[in-house]
Amino acid sequence: MAITFKQVDFTYQPGTPFATNALTDINVTIPTGSYTALIGHTGSGKSTLLQHLNALLKPTSGTVTIGERVITPTTSNKDLKSLRQQVGIVFQFPESQLFEETVVKDIAFGPQNFGVSEEDAHQTAAKMLALVGLDQSLLERSPFDLSGGQMRRVAIAGVLAMQPKVLVLDEPTAGLDPQGRLEMMQMFARLRHEQELTVVLVTHQMDDVADYADNVIVMDQGRVVKTGTPREIFADPQWLTEHQLGLPKTTAFAQTLREQGWQFDQLPLTEDELAQMLKSQLAPSLAPSHFGEGTAHDE
Amino acid sequence: MMNKLIFGRYVPGNSVVHRMDPRAKLLLSFYFIGIIFIANSWLTYLVLFAFTLAAIYLSGVKWSFFINGVKPLIWLILFTVVLQVLFSAGGGHVYFQWGIITISQSGLINGVYIFCRFVLIIFMSTLLTLTTPPLELSDAIEYILMPLKVVHFPVYEVALMLSIALRFVPTLMDETEKIMNAQRARGVDFGEGNIFQQMRAVVPLLIPLFVSSFNRAEDLATAMEARGYQGGEGRSKFRILKWQMRDTWATISFAVLTVALILLRA
Ligand SMILES: Nc1ncnc2c1ncn2[C@@H]1O[C@H](COP(=O)(O)OP(=O)(O)OP(=O)(O)O)[C@@H](O)[C@H]1O
Ligand SMILES: [Mg+2]
Repeated sequence: MAITFKQVDFTYQPGTPFATNALTDINVTIPTGSYTALIGHTGSGKSTLLQHLNALLKPTSGTVTIGERVITPTTSNKDLKSLRQQVGIVFQFPESQLFEETVVKDIAFGPQNFGVSEEDAHQTAAKMLALVGLDQSLLERSPFDLSGGQMRRVAIAGVLAMQPKVLVLDEPTAGLDPQGRLEMMQMFARLRHEQELTVVLVTHQMDDVADYADNVIVMDQGRVVKTGTPREIFADPQWLTEHQLGLPKTTAFAQTLREQGWQFDQLPLTEDELAQMLKSQLAPSLAPSHFGEGTAHDE
Repeated sequence: MMNKLIFGRYVPGNSVVHRMDPRAKLLLSFYFIGIIFIANSWLTYLVLFAFTLAAIYLSGVKWSFFINGVKPLIWLILFTVVLQVLFSAGGGHVYFQWGIITISQSGLINGVYIFCRFVLIIFMSTLLTLTTPPLELSDAIEYILMPLKVVHFPVYEVALMLSIALRFVPTLMDETEKIMNAQRARGVDFGEGNIFQQMRAVVPLLIPLFVSSFNRAEDLATAMEARGYQGGEGRSKFRILKWQMRDTWATISFAVLTVALILLRA
């Protein structure tokens, strides 16, 4: 399901002295099946943009086309349910949305709102719990007895259980441990391939952008300032710094090497890529006689 | 969406009214409500309006704020006015009579007066809240309640509760909106369906709000304790209230207003 923004402006509390212009002239498309990363300095309007993806917010002017539905400033708030089911949003710190007595009920809450029977919803819930890497023994526990990280996973399972076509993630791994972070990101990537999801990820982790995304939207002060593949975006470190963004660790490392006189045709994005590039450059000097045994004996 | 509800929200500014001592503002606002009842003629109401509009002008806050303050209450006001007009057995010319319902000249005039009173009170109290940060207001209340310490009224504690409550109103509003959005995204329709459905929709909103409020209260208590908070006597203040020349002038102008009202009274 593709989502297209056309000349979208959005203002919080328009017509009052508290009016805040959060989005200005947004024109972007999130293609079907893409893994789109939305990056930008804090306060640049990422979360505001996300809320347009399932019509929680409607543009102050312009149109948002979600699949077949066109959302305009005057769209009625009724009949948006199917849209909400198709575009699942995991908000920043989603653990604050838990409320049921048990984990299984909370995960099943979404699907049941969309008309799935209790029995089916509970089955889905059990599956989703496994998917987010939690043990089935937690199903009957109260969500409020879980650790922060476990709560986060339950909340994410609650959105996955709606079986959306577009999965929107607002900094889903903020505050998780490194291992949990990795598992979570790999799980999203796997889901995307298995269920042909469209994924939209807001993140401040440039490594995740480089590792998983195939499409990047850069925002600054409510505007989209650049779109492209991760390679295109990360090709210009100076431009990124100007917009308060960084490089993936690997790319930054390669950039440092480049400043030391190493040659790269293009900056690598992932560790594998960097390893390959280094290997090809080091190849002559890395011959076994020079390096493998040699260095060890030199001591 | 949420924020429209608080019509008296503080609007930052640097006018004379903004810089007045909150104690002066609070006391004078109450005083104003008292002296409104002196007025009993067109001329006196005219004077009151002129005074209020002058104060609003001095505050530099947009007129629309005050009109918006009246709007949510307009039906209540009209209801009261209509009751007054229909059921006051007054003198003057009688236009219409049916059972106990009478529309008389003095009834109509009284209705208009009551309407004016409401508008004046709302304007003045809106002016107070628009130009005074909530925390300053609670400082002022603490000061004014001080005499009650004699009867062992827990003034400091009440003031602290009040400032904490005021401080967290916006936070709670933001939180409400966030959780509403999260549940909407999970298929909840707020404000739709019959009463029973609507009540059910509130559960997924209220429980997370309670949980986060309790957590926040606990965090706040820990943070205060960790920084050695100790209430009561001898605690110095960060925001020090200072009575200045402009507060004296404001008081004098209210006194002049009172004298004028008494003289012009019919
Ligand atoms: N409910 C609201 N009412 C008024 N203004 C808001 C509201 N939510 C956000 N804003 C404003 O809109 C702008 C964009 O905020 P947004 O939350 O979209 O930023 P963000 O890019 O998600 O930032 P972060 O990376 O910190 O999450 C900010 O200037 C913010 O102050
Ligand atoms: Mg955000």
